[in-house]
Amino acid sequence: MDNLIWIFVSAMLVNNFVLAYFLGLCPFLGVSGRLETSFRLGLATTFVLLITALCSWFLNAYVLTHAPYLRLISFIVVIASTVQFIEMAIKKLSPALFKALGIFLPLITTNCAILGLAIFATNRGYGFAEGMVFALGAGAGFTLAMVLMAGLREETEIIDMPVLVRGTAMNLIIAGILSMAFMGFAGLFSST
Amino acid sequence: MAINIKDPSAVQEMMKGLWRDNPVFVQVLGMCPMLAVTNSAINALAMGLATLFVLVGSSALVSAFKNLIPKQVRISLYIVIIATFVTVIDYALLAVFPAIHKELGAFIPLIVANCMILGRQEAFAAKHTVGFAVMDAIGMSAGFLIALFALGSVREILGNGSLFGIDLFGAGFEPWVIMILPPGGFITLGLILLFFNWVTERKARFLQQVVAAEQARG
Repeated sequence: MDNLIWIFVSAMLVNNFVLAYFLGLCPFLGVSGRLETSFRLGLATTFVLLITALCSWFLNAYVLTHAPYLRLISFIVVIASTVQFIEMAIKKLSPALFKALGIFLPLITTNCAILGLAIFATNRGYGFAEGMVFALGAGAGFTLAMVLMAGLREETEIIDMPVLVRGTAMNLIIAGILSMAFMGFAGLFSST
Repeated sequence: MAINIKDPSAVQEMMKGLWRDNPVFVQVLGMCPMLAVTNSAINALAMGLATLFVLVGSSALVSAFKNLIPKQVRISLYIVIIATFVTVIDYALLAVFPAIHKELGAFIPLIVANCMILGRQEAFAAKHTVGFAVMDAIGMSAGFLIALFALGSVREILGNGSLFGIDLFGAGFEPWVIMILPPGGFITLGLILLFFNWVTERKARFLQQVVAAEQARG
């Protein structure tokens, strides 16, 4: 149990996917303009991450034991098609949920955080429970980073600053400062 | 190669990736590997060369088979082609340069998710002949390599006081450790983009002044 909590907190804060591993930067820099949208994107990403963890665990445990060189190709194909199927199912079963998450789902599948999660989980040899907790922590960390970034960006819109600095350059510097703040969590688990 | 290298338009296709359409500084694509592996110049170089191999290989294959690929499933096919080349370079690096493979770790498989590569297949390779597609791929990955190397060398020089592992400043230099940690990546790239914006804006303003002077002269 201690191990699972450690995995969760580590994936969420200490080794935050966005701010420490630079995964999922495209949505982090591209879609973080509004707080509301960012939060929903974070939830949708968490959802896809959980599916990814499930798929990659299944593939690693039952399919890829004889052909490890097909790992990358099968991860991508299986994850993308599973997400597509689930998107269709959600559209049919729960239009409200589809409206909240749906438009983001196809975009998220090509996000490097998704593939990154599958590869990290494989490299560290996580089992089923560990993989799912890892995905949940990574998703929570991604959502947290997105929401913080969106909040800061909404603030900067009303600040008077040179036109030259606006846009990606400023967002990257803000992200750098956020990342510095998250480094403070590195001391959390020094004893273990 | 279907085209002559001396053909000026082919050279243009290649040169545009270096500055005008630089994938990192202008289009802001491929950020994940860009920031994650640039804590030293040698890692940045290795990542750039791996990306070059994948992009040239998949561009050539996609443009060669462009008439056989059905429109509806093209994106998935591009991804499978890219993933194949990435698997090849992953195992090749593991066999030839195990030390570098260990340093780059999970970020070699993640070349698949580099949106710059998929973007070139969709925007260029699927519409042009093999020769042009290869030239475009070389230019784009050279632009990517330059960007990676610029970031990697700045971070290594300031963060470690060295370049390619060779000490530059002697014992008196206190390294800025933050530069080789994740925040340094974000901030350095932000500053480089700022510089790029500044140069582009100055150039535009200079051109405007030239045009205005021409008009004033009549």
